[in-house]
Amino acid sequence: MDLLSLGIKAIFIENMVFAYFLGMCSFLAVSKKVSTAFGLGMAVIFVLTITVPINWLLQEYVLKEGALSWMGESFATVDLSFLSFIMFIAVIASMVQLVEMVIEKFSPALYGSLGIFLPLIAVNCAILGSSLFMAQRDYTLAEAGVFGFSSGIGWFLAIIALAAIRERLKYSNVPDGLKGLGITMLITGLMGMAFMSFMGISI
Amino acid sequence: MSTETVEKKEVKESESLLSKRRKNLVKDPLSDDNPITIQVLGICSALAVTTQMKPTMVMSIAVIFVIVFSNLTISLMRKLVPGRVRIIVQLAVIATLVTLVNEVLKAFAFDMYKELSVFVGLIITNCIVMGRLEAFAMGNKPYDSVLDGLGSGLGYAWIILAVAFFRELFGSGAIFGFKVFEAIGFTADGWIGLDYQANGLMVTPVGAFFILGLIIWVQRNKTGYVEH
Repeated sequence: MDLLSLGIKAIFIENMVFAYFLGMCSFLAVSKKVSTAFGLGMAVIFVLTITVPINWLLQEYVLKEGALSWMGESFATVDLSFLSFIMFIAVIASMVQLVEMVIEKFSPALYGSLGIFLPLIAVNCAILGSSLFMAQRDYTLAEAGVFGFSSGIGWFLAIIALAAIRERLKYSNVPDGLKGLGITMLITGLMGMAFMSFMGISI
Repeated sequence: MSTETVEKKEVKESESLLSKRRKNLVKDPLSDDNPITIQVLGICSALAVTTQMKPTMVMSIAVIFVIVFSNLTISLMRKLVPGRVRIIVQLAVIATLVTLVNEVLKAFAFDMYKELSVFVGLIITNCIVMGRLEAFAMGNKPYDSVLDGLGSGLGYAWIILAVAFFRELFGSGAIFGFKVFEAIGFTADGWIGLDYQANGLMVTPVGAFFILGLIIWVQRNKTGYVEH
């Protein structure tokens, strides 16, 4: 039950885009069409679900203070947490590469639709951000898995919704200076307001 | 012997240290080619840390530091890095610099470190840094790359400082923690006779979107840039 509420919290209340502004670059750049937004959203869910638990293992057994105690007494006081940025980003970049190769080998059709988005994901802040939040909040392994997956879902929902609105926006008459990024920021703000209404829910 | 080689070098590099082209490297990203409002990069942190001026200031200094030095490092080793692994190499360089910033903050400004929390780490995935490395440092000399990094960093800094200015001013009626509205008389016993009512919207994420959207509108109207 705790896991369920953690999931709901990560999707709606603490949505990656509307509460923490993570992954904004690709959120704004790839939200012009619903079909491409769908592809990128799926790829984000996929990569988040894999990388957050892996980074959890890394954090728990290598980086945290005293995490290396399984290697022997003398390692019990070693604190490698200052290495977490470089280790997390290395895991993310290599996982993205790995996922890309696996998909290319086993499912060319999926690769055709996801392929071009995967390199973009290595530098999506939502991915690194989730791992950093996971480290900061001391989740368990199961919680880390659920958190990764539902953060991905939250991001997916946000980008699909924005893409759908932007497709409609083509038919409206927007002032020149606001075209593109400007109006998108305002729309995202309004969507954020709608998402803020979830804050009242207590789980 | 040594003086001769020095002279030769100077003749080769006839371009002055601050030639027009080099000035433009710094100047262009400030308005015409601004990383945030025109190129749409590095939005995440532009919004997340800007509730107050002070953390924003720290954040912009950190980002300028990381951009300049990663540009310099990558530019120095641009001929050694194989094309296929360049993303990983770039990420490693950036992550090292960000770790450095993080440790310095932790040691000398712990409150700030707590306040910025994960957003210092997220400089790694700030697209401006990666973008400059890919687009400029991989193909240009170190000195030019430093200038380019400085320009982009400053272009980023002034936009997020502008956003933070409005958010702090209206959100909590202060600048750098100094209560502006109280100082000019917005208190119950002052000459206006009313307390300043803080605008809660500006403190929430939503306010950041609106302010940035409006800044983009104003700036694009001025430069005449239209997106199609």
